[in-house]
Amino acid sequence: MNRIDELFKQKKERILSIYFTAGFPKLGDTLTIMEAIESAGADIIEIGVPYSDPIADGPTIQESNNQALKNGMTLKLLFEQLKKLREKVSIPVILMGYLNPVVQYGMEAFCKKCKEVGIDGLILPDLPMQQYLSEYKALFDTYDLRNTFLISPQTAEERIRQIDQHTDGFIYMVSSASITGAKKEITPEQVAYFERVKAMKLNNPRLIGFGISDKPSFQTASAHSHGAIIGSAFINVLRESTDLKKDIYEYIQGIIS
Amino acid sequence: MIKVDENGFYGQFGGAYIPEMLYPNIEELRENYESIMESPAFREEFDSLLKDYVGRPTPLFLAKRLSEKYGAKIYLKREDLCHTGAHKINNTVGQIILAKKLNKKRIIAETGAGQHGVATATVCALMGMECTVYMGAVDMERQKPNVERMRILGATVVPANSGSKTLKDATNEAMRQWINNPVDTHYIIGSVVGPHPYPEMVARFQSVISAEMKIQLKEKEGRENPDLVIACVGGGSNAAGAFYHYYNEPSVRLIAVEAAGLGVFSGKSAATTLLGKPGILHGSKTLLMQTEDGQVVEPHSISAGLDYPGIGPVHAHLFESGRGEFVAVEDEHAMQAGIEVSRLEGIIPAIESAHAFSALNQIQYQPTDVIVINLSGRGDKDLDTYIKWGNY
Ligand SMILES: Cc1ncc(COP(=O)(O)O)c(C=O)c1O
Repeated sequence: MNRIDELFKQKKERILSIYFTAGFPKLGDTLTIMEAIESAGADIIEIGVPYSDPIADGPTIQESNNQALKNGMTLKLLFEQLKKLREKVSIPVILMGYLNPVVQYGMEAFCKKCKEVGIDGLILPDLPMQQYLSEYKALFDTYDLRNTFLISPQTAEERIRQIDQHTDGFIYMVSSASITGAKKEITPEQVAYFERVKAMKLNNPRLIGFGISDKPSFQTASAHSHGAIIGSAFINVLRESTDLKKDIYEYIQGIIS
Repeated sequence: MIKVDENGFYGQFGGAYIPEMLYPNIEELRENYESIMESPAFREEFDSLLKDYVGRPTPLFLAKRLSEKYGAKIYLKREDLCHTGAHKINNTVGQIILAKKLNKKRIIAETGAGQHGVATATVCALMGMECTVYMGAVDMERQKPNVERMRILGATVVPANSGSKTLKDATNEAMRQWINNPVDTHYIIGSVVGPHPYPEMVARFQSVISAEMKIQLKEKEGRENPDLVIACVGGGSNAAGAFYHYYNEPSVRLIAVEAAGLGVFSGKSAATTLLGKPGILHGSKTLLMQTEDGQVVEPHSISAGLDYPGIGPVHAHLFESGRGEFVAVEDEHAMQAGIEVSRLEGIIPAIESAHAFSALNQIQYQPTDVIVINLSGRGDKDLDTYIKWGNY
C-alpha cells in the first residue's frame, strides 16, 4: 500500500509535513536531514528539487534553490543519493519540483526512478491539470505515485471540486494569495477560507502550506484541516544550523509537542 | 498554417504551465480577451489612441542608400517613431484598455531594455493607474535613462536581484508579485511569451505593424507582400507583429534575428533556437537555453531587449516547422550595423533593431527583392552602450 494512503488512514489530524531543498545547505545532507525529520516526529517529508526559476517561491526558497544548484545538485544526483532511502526512512516521501527539470529527465524515466527508490507522491506546481490528465496520469498510476494539486483562496468552488476529483493523496491548500515564505500569523480571512473549504466535505484530506512557521500557526492550520506543511521556516533553521540533527529535532519537537 | 489552438499551442509549443495560484487570473484573461478585443468600444479606443497618441500609422520608408549598398529594395518599418521610441507601446495601449475593462486597479510589468517598462509607465500615467515595473539590477545599470523615464512618469521601479539580474529574473519577479496580488492587478507582459493567452494576445496587438505594411506596400509597390520581412527576436513581439499577416503567405520569407552575443558557442549568447531545447519557462513550453539537468542557462547579449533564454512559442514553432528562417548576429556585428544605418540613413537604431540590419550580411536574396526591415526602436536609450563600444 502507498505510504501516503496508509498515513491518512491512520492519522486524521495534526499531520506535519516538512519541506527542504535537496542539496541545501550542503550537497550531501539529503539523507541526514530526512532521518532527522523522521526521528523528530514529522509525518511526511517533501524533497524540493532545486530549479533556477522558482516562480512560486519567496526569497528563502529561492536562495536555497540557488545554493543547492551551486553545490552541484541535479535530479540525477538526487536519485543516486536516494538509493538507500528506504533503508533509513519509513515515513511517506514526496518529490516537489518545477516541471522543466522533470521533463528534461523524461517523465517516464522519472516516475520509474521514483518508484524504484521509494518515493510515494509528487507535487509539480506548474503541471496543469489538463496536461496531467491527458499526458501523465496513466504513468503516475503505473508507478503508484500520488499526485497532489494546489488550491488557493482564489480557486473557484467548481475548480476545487474538479481538483478533488483528480487528486489522490491529499490537497495542498495554499494558505493565502502568496508565494512561499514565513509569515507572522494567520488572519481571520485565512481561517474563513480554511473553513469554507472544510465545509465542502472533499474526498481528499487537506494540508495547509505557505506561511506556516511555528507552533501557533501549525496549531491554527491543523484546527481547520488535517495538518500543515512547513517549508521556508525550516529552510531558515537549516541555514542557521551548526548541528543539523540537534537543531532539526528541537525545531520539530517545538512544533508538535 | 500558423495558428494558435484553443489551448494556446502553436504546434507543440505554448500552453499555460502555471501554478494553480495564477489559474484564476489567467482564466479570467483567457475567457475575456477575445470578446473585449473584438468589441466595437475597444476597437474604437485602441485605434484612436494608436493614431493620436502613439502616432500611427508609422511610415514605411524606402532606405535608398542602404538599398544601394546591399543590392535590393529595402524598406524600413519605422516603429522607432512610435511615442516612447519603440513598438512596445502598441501592446501596452491594448493591454491597459483591456485591464480597465476587467476593472483592474494596478499594473505590474517586467522590462529588459526598459522600453516595455517605459511604454507601460506611459499608458499607466495616461490612464491614471498605479504602476510597478520589475527590472533586473544589471539592466537598470545599462539602461539608466529608461529607469529615470519610468520614474518621471510616476512608476515604481523595483530591481530584480536573483539569477543573472536581467529580463528572465524580472519576469520571475513580476509573476511572483502577480501571485501575491491576484485580484486587482493586471500583469502587462511585454512580449509574445508567458502562459496562454499572452503570446497570442500580444501578437494581435502588435499585428498592426504588418497590417499597415500591407497597405503601405500596396501603395508603394503595387503589391501587399514583400519578398522578405526581417525582424529581431528577444521574446519576439516586434517580429510577431511584423510577421503576423504574412504567416500564411508562403511567398514571403520571414527572417527572425537572434542575438549571438560573443558568438553562438562562446557560452555568452542568447541564440535560443540554435542553443535551446524544448522546455518550460514562464508558463509556456518553448525552445529554451538550458543545462542537461533542465536548469535555465543565463543568456548574454549586448542588447538588454534580446537578453532572454527563451523565445515566444510561436517563434519556436516557426523555427521547428521551417516557416521562419533564423539568423544569429554577434554583438560586434550588431554594433557595426547600428553605426552603418546611422551613417547611411540618418537613423540611430536601438541595438536590438541593429541586429535585424546585420542579418543582411548573412542571408541570400535577389536584387529584385523587396525587403522590409522592422526598425523596432530608436537608439537613444543605447547611447551609453554606443559610447562605451566607441568604434565610430
Ligand atoms: C527596440 C526593441 N526591439 C526589440 C526588443 C525585443 O523584444 P521583442 O522580441 O519582444 O520585440 C526590445 C525589447 O526591449 C526593444 O526595446
